[in-house]
Amino acid sequence: MNRYEHHLSLAAARRPDHPAIVQAGARTSYAQFDAAASRFADGLVEHAAFANGERCVVFLDNRVETAVAIFGTLRAGGVFSVINPTTKTDKLAFVLNNCEASVLVTQASLAAVAFAAAARAPSVRKVVVVDGLPGDAPAAAVPWDAFNAVAAPGCAAARPAGIDIDLAMLVYTSGSTGNPKGVMMTHKNIEHAASSITTYLESNEDDVVLSVLPLSFDYGLYQLLMCVKMGATLVLEKSFAFPQKVLPLLAAEKVTGFPLVPTMAALIVQIRNFDPAWAQSVRYITNTAAALPPAHIFKLQELFPNAKVYSMYGMTESKRCTWLPPEQLARRPDSVGIAIPGTEVWVADDEGRPVPPGTIGELVVRGGHVMQGYWRNEEATAKTLRPGRYPWEKVLHTGDLFRMDEEGFLYFVGRKDDILKTRGEKVSPKEVENVLYALPGVREAALVGVPDPVMGHALKAIVVRDGDAPDARAILAHCRAHLEEFMVPRTVEFRDSLPKTSTGKIRRSVLQAEAEGRALPEEDEAPA
Amino acid sequence: MASTQELIHEFIVANFPGDGTDPTPEMDLLEAGIIDSIGVLTLVTWLEETFGFVVDDEDVLPENLGSIAGIAAYAERKLDGAGTAA
Repeated sequence: MNRYEHHLSLAAARRPDHPAIVQAGARTSYAQFDAAASRFADGLVEHAAFANGERCVVFLDNRVETAVAIFGTLRAGGVFSVINPTTKTDKLAFVLNNCEASVLVTQASLAAVAFAAAARAPSVRKVVVVDGLPGDAPAAAVPWDAFNAVAAPGCAAARPAGIDIDLAMLVYTSGSTGNPKGVMMTHKNIEHAASSITTYLESNEDDVVLSVLPLSFDYGLYQLLMCVKMGATLVLEKSFAFPQKVLPLLAAEKVTGFPLVPTMAALIVQIRNFDPAWAQSVRYITNTAAALPPAHIFKLQELFPNAKVYSMYGMTESKRCTWLPPEQLARRPDSVGIAIPGTEVWVADDEGRPVPPGTIGELVVRGGHVMQGYWRNEEATAKTLRPGRYPWEKVLHTGDLFRMDEEGFLYFVGRKDDILKTRGEKVSPKEVENVLYALPGVREAALVGVPDPVMGHALKAIVVRDGDAPDARAILAHCRAHLEEFMVPRTVEFRDSLPKTSTGKIRRSVLQAEAEGRALPEEDEAPA
Repeated sequence: MASTQELIHEFIVANFPGDGTDPTPEMDLLEAGIIDSIGVLTLVTWLEETFGFVVDDEDVLPENLGSIAGIAAYAERKLDGAGTAA
């Protein structure tokens, strides 16, 4: 019945000197983290006149200040949203306007994008900048240290912050329509998901979790949220670009939990000089975002002999849906398991009714982890959240196709819509195609995912041009300037025409099937 | 003939244009968002194909591959010391 930030107060009271976050060799204790979050909350109240329920957008790398801004915002009664640091101006401006953010937190190296986006978002009253203000900062900009210095310490704590059914966070997720949607999660939603996951992972206060996943990604964010709930330690890294730099930390910090996405697993299993000492302390490995190939699962088990490997499936709209108990892995390496504790899932027909084992249908989820909806997007909410068993209940229609075996274990079949997964991230072809179409000379464009052992899907843009320009290099440069890293196509293919429906809509499904070497689908798309 | 560093600069600019800013020799390519984990793999493959040496796993570190100057120095060391242990 408490708001989620109470876990930080509890951990700080219980084990003040225990490391909460280890980042770039620096240790932040629970007492320090707790005090810093309170200062940030006070800064919000005193310098930004932040009211309960207002939104604070956090546009930072994986660093201690990100965690401080998250918990500080909650402590001030607010709602946080963490945005990927590779996000470009247009999308950041969309998010700021969509959630009517009052405060934006960023860092000097991202300030150019942050200031340009904030200039287009009239709701933003303060832009807090870590690492010092650049010369061209707007009037709304405040250095981090100045923002955290207040005349009346404790002013945030002196007023009621709210209760557990209040909105706690917005997690922006790509939708098939192109614009990101803000998934609304209350404190109670987070508590439900975190309790369920820490139950099956058997998490405890002695855990040390090493995460390279961005805090903007719910899988990365929950590593922080769950560590704070347990009073455990989070070793936070910015990227996995240099595995040889990250993996020795497993041994140095005696890491017990190591969350992966398939791309990381693919990099790890290729390493020739893997030192067995790195793996000794690891008691569990988790994987989500897309399935691991069985060969990688077995190789991981060999490299990490003391670790249980958890295959999981989830979507931002309910955080996590299923987990495969590790002892089932050898028997059904391709299954994503069963509903997480305290929740229910079933494979449904078009009317939402359960179908028999072996039949393919949409996965439907019910439980306290299911989101409240998409922020100010009733149409999308109504499509995803449908009436449930009770008059007050909504269940989540995942849009993902599954089948169940006779013993109740679930298998992912494919997506109902055409979202691609690359490097563990969801990419809406529409969003990338919109950017391609903005380039003069691009007449038609389609984005497909080519199966790739490392990336899941390697993105390929198929383009029809008016003439010989733009070339592939210009197209990729344009994409890099307007899209997050993971959305940028790896390759470009030029064609004279693209397959279309009778009404002239590009049949992306045909191109996608071709890219996967599947049989070409029939005319399966409704006329536009 | 182009120097090793010029070749590397050219490769980085052509394959990882970032936001269009020309990377300086000392710029941290990762920090600047110019290369990511897949970019590092691409770079390793290109180095091996272009210079004909093997990039050992233990060499894939920011000090060797994190900046244009660092990559050039690493490549020179590998080329000079061909045959010596890494």
